[in-house]
Amino acid sequence: MPAEPTILAFACQCCACSAADAAGALHLEYPAAVRIIRLPCAGRVDTAQIMLALESGADAVMVAGCPEGDCHFVDGNARAAGRVRSLQELLAEVGLDPERLSIVHVASRDGAGFAHAASEATERAKALGPNPLCSDAWTGEAP
Amino acid sequence: MIVANRKSIPELIGMIERHSRVLLLGCGTCVTVCLAGGEREVNILGSALRIALRLRGRGEVVIDECTVERQCESAFIDLVAPRIADYDAICSFGCGAGVQMLAEYFPTTPVYPGLNTQFIGVLQSQGVWTEKCSGCGNCRLGEYAGVCPLTRCAKRLLNGPCGGSHDGRCEVGKDRDCAWQLIYDRCLALGTLDRVMDAIAAPQDWSTGGDASPRCVVREDQVIEGRKSGGK
Repeated sequence: MPAEPTILAFACQCCACSAADAAGALHLEYPAAVRIIRLPCAGRVDTAQIMLALESGADAVMVAGCPEGDCHFVDGNARAAGRVRSLQELLAEVGLDPERLSIVHVASRDGAGFAHAASEATERAKALGPNPLCSDAWTGEAP
Repeated sequence: MIVANRKSIPELIGMIERHSRVLLLGCGTCVTVCLAGGEREVNILGSALRIALRLRGRGEVVIDECTVERQCESAFIDLVAPRIADYDAICSFGCGAGVQMLAEYFPTTPVYPGLNTQFIGVLQSQGVWTEKCSGCGNCRLGEYAGVCPLTRCAKRLLNGPCGGSHDGRCEVGKDRDCAWQLIYDRCLALGTLDRVMDAIAAPQDWSTGGDASPRCVVREDQVIEGRKSGGK
């Protein structure tokens, strides 16, 4: 069984992915639990894919976009934020903790910001415990 | 378009949990445009219902999704019909017409409505749909400069305004425009104010509207002999 939660990060290539690269260049550590899926824009994130990720056992999903008001595609990050809010309501309706889904905004050079967001998402996922839909739940113990 | 919104998850669960295999059937026309029952919405609802059922200890219920171009035409249902034998029930994410079309098409399969059908309307702004037409069967928009008092006036006044309008808003709710203010403004712009404000409109002929339900439209030149059905 894995010792860490699984967190999927749908990250825009303009800012969030660059910030993740910057975190690496700065030799900043962030939890390996966060798996990045690169998107052309946070606004490309598909709500059905987020639901499928949670249904398939991801402990948390993080959408990472450009800072508010600074989207390379005008308002993709605002659209993503709207979808996240709407899905959080749906998660509450189905009985899954809405905190399993979050959105963060980071600038392309903000490696520390991305590392912090990734750590925070991991801590939040650990506090929530394993996804109740996952049969191969993480243990919280080292393998 | 026909505008609808989805039922709550508990209501949907209540309808389908007694079955073991359920097909969520989306519709690719009106309810896709109003983001209620198209392919994407049905996929999201499929995940949501599977999650909800698993959390309630009913993970054995199979929920699959499929979307047809239009549920209100049997030619499109024909395409999905061979799959229906695999399911105990269908939850339709079409409008009320789609649900009933499916119920007629599959007489031995329970069909449930996944949506609450609301009205015939337009996309007013992104994410906002408003009602514009009551389907009265006797359109008088030409008399009212293109604004329907039957649908948009809370009192359905054909000889308005009522006197309850304030700053262009209806006294029934400050969130809605006074239809008669809209009619007045538009007539003023068109230079036809006297035609509406000085005239007394004849009563509406309700025999063509909801009072005549269920209604049927027949285009004889399009009917193929032997296939004609419906009607009063």
